[in-house]
Formats: sequence, structure tokens, C-alpha cells
Amino acid sequence: MALEIDGQSIELDEEGYLVDLSAWTPEIAKALASGEDVELTDEHWDIINFLREYYEEYQIAPAVRVLTKAVGKRLGKDKGNSKYLYSLFPYGPGKQACKYAGLPKPTGCV
Amino acid sequence: MADYDVPEISGEDGIVDVPNLQPDAMKSHGPWVSKPEFQEAMHFPTDFNMPEDVSDYGNTDTLVENWKERALDKMADLKGRYRSLQVFLDICVKCGACTDKCHYYLGSTDPKNMPVARQDLLRKVYRRYFTFAGKFFGKMGMPGFVGAAELDEDVVKDWYNYYHQCSQCRRCSVFCPYGIDTAEISMAAREILDHIGMGQKYCTEIMGKLNKIGNNLGLPEAALADTLEGLEEDIYDETGVDVKLPLDKKGSEILLITPSADFFAEPHVDGLMGYAKVFHELGLDWTLSSYASEGANFGMFIGSYENMRKVSLRIRKAAQDLGVKRIVFGECGHAWRVAYNFLNTLAGPFDFLDQNYPIPQHVLEITEPALAAGKLKIDKSKNDDKVLTFHDSCNIARGSRMGPKPGGQFDIPRNVIRAVCNNFVDMPADTIHDATFCCGGGGGILTDDLMDIRIKGAQPRMEALKHVTDKHQVTHMAAICAICKSQFTKVIPYYGFSMDMIVSVHQLVSNAIFLTGQLTEEEIEAKEAAEEAERIAAMEARKKAAEEKAAKEAAEKDTDKTKKDE
Repeated sequence: MALEIDGQSIELDEEGYLVDLSAWTPEIAKALASGEDVELTDEHWDIINFLREYYEEYQIAPAVRVLTKAVGKRLGKDKGNSKYLYSLFPYGPGKQACKYAGLPKPTGCV
Repeated sequence: MADYDVPEISGEDGIVDVPNLQPDAMKSHGPWVSKPEFQEAMHFPTDFNMPEDVSDYGNTDTLVENWKERALDKMADLKGRYRSLQVFLDICVKCGACTDKCHYYLGSTDPKNMPVARQDLLRKVYRRYFTFAGKFFGKMGMPGFVGAAELDEDVVKDWYNYYHQCSQCRRCSVFCPYGIDTAEISMAAREILDHIGMGQKYCTEIMGKLNKIGNNLGLPEAALADTLEGLEEDIYDETGVDVKLPLDKKGSEILLITPSADFFAEPHVDGLMGYAKVFHELGLDWTLSSYASEGANFGMFIGSYENMRKVSLRIRKAAQDLGVKRIVFGECGHAWRVAYNFLNTLAGPFDFLDQNYPIPQHVLEITEPALAAGKLKIDKSKNDDKVLTFHDSCNIARGSRMGPKPGGQFDIPRNVIRAVCNNFVDMPADTIHDATFCCGGGGGILTDDLMDIRIKGAQPRMEALKHVTDKHQVTHMAAICAICKSQFTKVIPYYGFSMDMIVSVHQLVSNAIFLTGQLTEEEIEAKEAAEEAERIAAMEARKKAAEEKAAKEAAEKDTDKTKKDE
């Protein structure tokens, strides 16, 4: 699978995740999202940016609880829950948001 | 939610009616094939060409060289190593008792998902090449006369597709008068496929991470430590009690081995906090290991003894390095099956552990007697917003036991739920205990590329759940397996349920337990208010200091200016 952006071909794996994580750009995130009929708003970007910062430090996506807690702290308690995250990323904040943020998919029994 | 053909459920009697057959209803290319790099890490052959497209899966030019010979060699090897496999392949009398027992058949209507038909995909090849009748009639060009068949490309494609529509839950084997275990046949088939270039990406990628980092998630030590610290904070905020979740604490009494999903996913993590509270309250000195930070053992799913052993040896090493006396397993279905049945064979002898305790022990075997003995202070009303039911996980129900009495694996989790909740209702008898229906995601099926079969396979459980939600006002379903919890939270919305109705058993314990020194709700509120007031006061003090500093600087500036003017 590949994604075409500005004449460049970006390699994706079978499930649509970036193969080369360092190739990520905000344009790629937008293109991946629009492929799933999601328009990225500021609320989406808050999450995506947090995911990228966390990944930079820990080399893995944050646990759902870590993510909800961080979102709660940054954006207010009413948003620090899975329901809010699912409203932004209906396929699951872990998987869908990670995809747009250019992170590998969390694997295992999750 | 993506578009899937979701079976209808009525909730009438909680039992799915046997559907009419629809041949090839689930014929497909199967899950993503594993790349050579993942296969290499598992010590499987890599001399195959990665198929460019799913439509090429199983084509002979994508398989290893001499694939047919090598597949048959592997089959010969396996039937020699596991006598049970040969017996199972030999003794089926086609009585049909298993046909309507598989959740994937009931949900998908594809006759190849009837356990006997699924077994026959392998059995017919075994007959052709390893029995006199099969060889004889095979040479005459009519192997089908004795239920035998040539091994060709189409057979390989069927193997890959239909052996990944089996969660190795063993419900069929409960009803088989001969005790034939389809799970073992399905494991053998996957092991053969792994040796001809058709490994499954989901299982092999994950095991690669475990071998490299210590868990299926690929959660490195620093991230794990940070996550555990966060959970300690959360428990402190909720209770005012300093409950620890120690990592790599040498000389601890207990090593807790739990699925890494417990660190990561919901509602798993709530269960982990429950274990921590129980250990804390009982004064047990315990630790997690960053080296063996995984309870799951996918080696079993793919029938690979070598890989299953490798994972188990990590647990042994962690136990020795940390100098623990007991090994306790958290809520994970197949982890407990591997631990209960095979850990000693795979990684024993455990003569360095305290022989006065079960080796290994399940966390419920600690919590249940403690609750029964009144060692934990419980306020059941904390779970009064719920009416619970319990989903027996297949690997625990049919593949292991708990406690000193037969059937303990059914009673112990229920005893715990009843001890911490006022409202509990079981689902219909044909869908619980050893007749439990799989969640639909076990055995290496819990991957997005198999979503269609996962949804369909959940139908019998959903039917039973709908029955108790409609007729008995059940609001929540508890489980003791990471896969069940993840599968249900993902799949039940397709059936009209809400994902947060799935809970961990130890989450219920966590809700109801009252720790020594725990603050009451009013005290917590007061504590939070005090912290908030402190925060505001500190903020105001900072603001005031900044203002004073600014005023002072302005005054100095004025003085300077006056001096300059002079």
C-alpha cells in the first residue's frame, strides 16, 4: 500500500500505518484521515501532538489511561475520558489516532 | 464503525438457533501473512516470496521451495511428537456431535467452520499420505473414496483461511464422544503453515516484540515504569493510600505475571489496580518484572513448542533474577492455561520457589480465600450501580482449573464477584462453565484483519448476553481474560451494547475494597478541595510576587531615570 502526496509515494503497511515513521508530516496525517472520512480539527491535533511527544520519549504509544489523564489535565476534566477520545477517533483512540500520528499500531491483546 | 454483516440477536432464550448452511460463506484469503523478517525471528523458514497482494496468498510461487514435501515432513514430525494429534486424526467417526457447537459456525453459517469439517481439512491430507487406504486409493486416482485428498494449492489456502477462523476454544471437544480436540489440530496446522511460508503476521510480529522487549505490546521498561507510577498516583488520588505497583523489586515474595494489556487497555488496567490493592491490603510483598512483562504466550496459538518454551523461560529467569518465592498470574485466559498445564514442563523444575503454595498460582486463588476469610474490608454497595454476569473464558473453563476442588475455575471467579457485588445473574446454562462460548477473539484471532469473523463468532455470546440484559436487567459483563475484554469492548457495539459494560473481575474488587487508612468520599473531596485551594494560593502568591517584582523594577527604573536626569 502507498499514499500519494505531492507526487511523492509514502509507503504504508497492510493496515495503512506508516512503514517509515520518520517520514511523517502533518500533510500525511491529513491525507490518512481524509482517507477515512475524518477531517482533522484542532481537537484532533491536540491528541496527535501529544501522541507524538509521548512516542518521542518512550518509543511506544501511551496507554489509554495515560492518554485520557493527559488530555484531562490539558483540556479539562470533562474531556479526560475514553468517550471523548472515541468521539474524535471512532475506531479507537489507540489505533486510529496512532495511525494519523505516524506511530506503529499497538499490538497484543488490546 | 465499518460495515459488517452482523448477525441478528433476539435475546429470547439466549441460545442461537442452528443456521442453514451457506457453503463458502467465509471463503477468503485469511489474515495478513507474516513477512520473512518476522518469520526469521521465530526461527521459521524464510525462503519464500512475500505475496504482493492478498489475492496471491497461498499461490505456490509465494511458498517455500518444495513446499509440499516440507509440509508433509512437518506433519510427520508433529504426529510423531504429539501422539494425541495422530489419535485425533485417526479416530473421528463423523458422528456429527460437534457440528453445531462452534461459535464461528453458528455465526458464519460456513460448513467448513463445523469442527469436524475444519479438522478434515488436515485429516484428508493425513489420510492420503500417512494411511494405507489413502495411499492405495490415492495411487488409483480416487483418494476421495476413503476421505483422503491430495495436498495442493487450494488445500493450503483453505488451511490458512479456516484454521484462522478457529479460536482453539475447545468447546467442540467437550461434546465429542471421543474427546477429539480441534484446538490441537488447528495448532498443528498453523505450525505446518509457518514452515511453508504462511505464518500469520499478528502472532509472529507480536512474539518478536516479546522476545525483544519482554511483552506483546513492545512496552519498554521506561514506559512501563511511567505507566505504573501513574497508576499509583491514581490510586492515591482516589483513596489517599500509598499503594505501590513495584517493578523489578529484588527479593520480593511474589512475581506477578500478567498480560501486558493490563498496563495499557481498558478495562484491563482497572483490574491491575485491583490486584495491587488486594496485595497491599494483605501485606504481600510483590513485584512486576520488566524482563517478563507478559503473561500471554502466543506460542500456544501457533502450536510452536519451541516458541512457547522460549516465552516461558523468560518467566523462570525473571523469577530467579528477582529471587521471588512465588509466581502469581493475573487475569489472562491462555496465559493461565499455559501456566497451569505446561509451565513446569516448559520451564521447570521450580524447586527454588516456596513449595507451600501452588506453582504457579492464580491471583483469584489469593483474592477468593481472603474475601471468604473476611481479610478484606468490602463495601458491596459500591457496585450497586451494576447487575453483573460472568463470561467464562474458554482457556480457563476448559483448559485448566483453579483452587483445590474440581470446577474451581467456575466457582472461584463467581464467588469473588458475589463477595463484592450485590447483583449477579448467570447466563443460560448451555453458554457458561465448560459449555461457555468463546468471545470470538481468542487463539490469535484478535486482529483487525479478522474483524468479520470476530463479529460473527461473538454471536452466541451476544445472544446469551442479550437474554440476561433483556430479561434480568444485567448491565455489565465481567471477564478474566485480556483477549475477552479487548474483543468484547471492540465487538459488542456492533450488537447494540455499550463498550463500557465490560469489566475486569478485579475491577469490581477494586471498586468495593476499603483499604486500611482509606479516606471516605467526604475526606477525599475535602482533600481535593484543600489541594485546589493550595494550588490557587500558590498561584496567587506567585502572581503577587511577580507584581511586587515588577513594581520594584519599575521603581528602580524611575530612580535610575531620575538619577540620569540629574
